Amino acid sequence: MKELLSILIGSLFIENFVLSKFLGICPFLGVSKRRETALGMSGAVVFVMGLAGMCTWMVNAWILVPLHLEYLQTIAFILLIAALVQFVETVLKKTAPPLYKSLGIYLPLITTNCAVLGSALIHVERGYTLPQAVVYSVASGLGFTMALVLFSGIREKLETCDIPESFKGMPISMVAAALVSVAFFGFAGLVLPG
Amino acid sequence: MEGILIPVAVVAGLALLFGIALSITSIVFHVRSDPRIEKVRETLPGANCGACGFSGCDGYAAAIVTDGKPINLCPVGGSDVLAKLAALMGVEAEEQAGKKARVLCQGNWQTVEMKYKYEGIQDCASAAVLLGGMSACIYGCVGLGSCVKACKFDAIVVEDGLARILPEKCTGCGMCVAECPKAIIRMLPVKTAHTVLCSNHERGAVSRKNCGTACIACGLCVKNCPLNAIRMDNSLAVIDPILCVDCGKCAEVCPQKTIRAIR
Repeated sequence: MKELLSILIGSLFIENFVLSKFLGICPFLGVSKRRETALGMSGAVVFVMGLAGMCTWMVNAWILVPLHLEYLQTIAFILLIAALVQFVETVLKKTAPPLYKSLGIYLPLITTNCAVLGSALIHVERGYTLPQAVVYSVASGLGFTMALVLFSGIREKLETCDIPESFKGMPISMVAAALVSVAFFGFAGLVLPG
Repeated sequence: MEGILIPVAVVAGLALLFGIALSITSIVFHVRSDPRIEKVRETLPGANCGACGFSGCDGYAAAIVTDGKPINLCPVGGSDVLAKLAALMGVEAEEQAGKKARVLCQGNWQTVEMKYKYEGIQDCASAAVLLGGMSACIYGCVGLGSCVKACKFDAIVVEDGLARILPEKCTGCGMCVAECPKAIIRMLPVKTAHTVLCSNHERGAVSRKNCGTACIACGLCVKNCPLNAIRMDNSLAVIDPILCVDCGKCAEVCPQKTIRAIR
């Protein structure tokens, strides 16, 4: 239990996917303009990441490892994630139309999100057990959520700030992202048990 | 040999498994949607230009079927598509007054003096910020073809530094209108051919000096129009397309040949 908790805290703060590992930068900059879109995207990412963490662990442990085909991880996981996203989309469309509508375009976008593939590859590399892998994936997704929501708040504030003409828009967002990332490196000194 | 067979079999097997799983879920979790949406979508041109006011052809198809939006909003498809849509939806085909783009300028390299030679970025907006473009008339066509790039239907050509719209190719989507930094491209009704091919608001003497085919605001067209469909707006003749019956009197009397019939 303590172990799972340290994985959770670790992947939320110390190894935040966006701000320390620099994975999923594209949606981080692309959909962080407004808080609602940021929440929609991150909701979809947490969901898919958790599912993908579970499924990739199974594929890896039950198919790839017994056959000594660990080098196929990347391609197998890409296949799996693409199929999974499609699956989730079809199921949601039928069972939860409001959720499907609110996730909208973000759900198919996740297929190409490197953070999802990254979390799968990392938990395999570290040799996590199934519960650990699931917790790690969900926590990574939550870390992504935190980064996106924090940053969308900053960007909403930036809209009303008096920014020099040449820095308006993307440049000032990049500067802000760098500062947030530097701030998160402050967590790097935390040492967790387990 | 076996070294390659197993991995290939594993990846292919996984792909097959996922494929089967996905097709099963798509059958089990099939959502019944109106089959007409797909048919309407196939009928529409598929250029996704957005001229109808919806987000592409998919959005318009859904809006027609589910929200009962009018079927005559697609300017690209024209009457063919309209007729097919009318048959599909079981409603009367009511053609919208078709509009096509026209360039309201005749100033090419022969008729207009050049102020300077432009060697910058080949983009009208960039050239237009330098003394209003290289031609002597600051109202006229810049001629670097920003509209050509905006047109998805290859309906615009630039000849001698003047953009010309090919009416047979123009679908009336209006993409070029926003692109022109001089705002000389207008959407005008197809039914009236006679057009004042000038956009300059200078006084007569100045316009005559700058361009051989400019409107000099002599007012002959205004006096000779049998229907009073032409008025002078700030030293430029303007034809009211609603009143105009295309009689051609104005084109006959125009000393500068600024008014012409174009189809």
